[in-house]
Amino acid sequence: MEDATLSLVLFSGTDDRLGAAAILATGAAAMGRPVNVFLQYWALDAFRKDRVGTDHGVAAEAGSGGAALVKKDQAGDRHWSALLRQAKDIGEVRIHACALSMELFGITKDDLDPLVDDVEGVAAFMSDAQTGPITFI
Amino acid sequence: MTPTDLTLTRSIDARGMACPGPLLNLIGAIRAGQVGDVIEVVSSDAGSRTDIPAWVAKAKHELVAVVEDDGFAHFVVRKTH
Repeated sequence: MEDATLSLVLFSGTDDRLGAAAILATGAAAMGRPVNVFLQYWALDAFRKDRVGTDHGVAAEAGSGGAALVKKDQAGDRHWSALLRQAKDIGEVRIHACALSMELFGITKDDLDPLVDDVEGVAAFMSDAQTGPITFI
Repeated sequence: MTPTDLTLTRSIDARGMACPGPLLNLIGAIRAGQVGDVIEVVSSDAGSRTDIPAWVAKAKHELVAVVEDDGFAHFVVRKTH
């Protein structure tokens, strides 16, 4: 049986959620599963090349102590962008920018970090996702 | 069996590295190595206990030994292909 594709829709642009998503993508890539990532809204914003390394804050549930924990974890090789680069290195990981969100922000592919492979519409993402479930983060 | 009974091609001390760092180091070493190489990863990450055996099985290499130590473990893997 072919390994099921892991399809992740990244919506949230906070460092903890992006970090959790990067861990999932890396694990799937290590285990030989294709990974299909779709960036929408605030996650797409976090992948702008001039913002990828900046502090993106944490999810509301992190509370007051959580931000410091995440900041400590999301450093150097542990940063979600570094982990995604490693995931791409060891496996088949494709990262797509949502065409609608690109239009909303008025940005082009050149504004994004090279981690992003291309800009695609939702139907193309769904087509790639058909062999496995879709997870929204 | 202890790791010293085996002839190691390479040993990687990944202690202190968080999940999935030790596994990624192992994958890198296996890819860079030759068939027959015996590679040891020393890890204190709790995730390695499950992840390294799962990856080795999936990638069809050989888990030669897992030796528990004080707060960490040695994972010895032979590259089979």
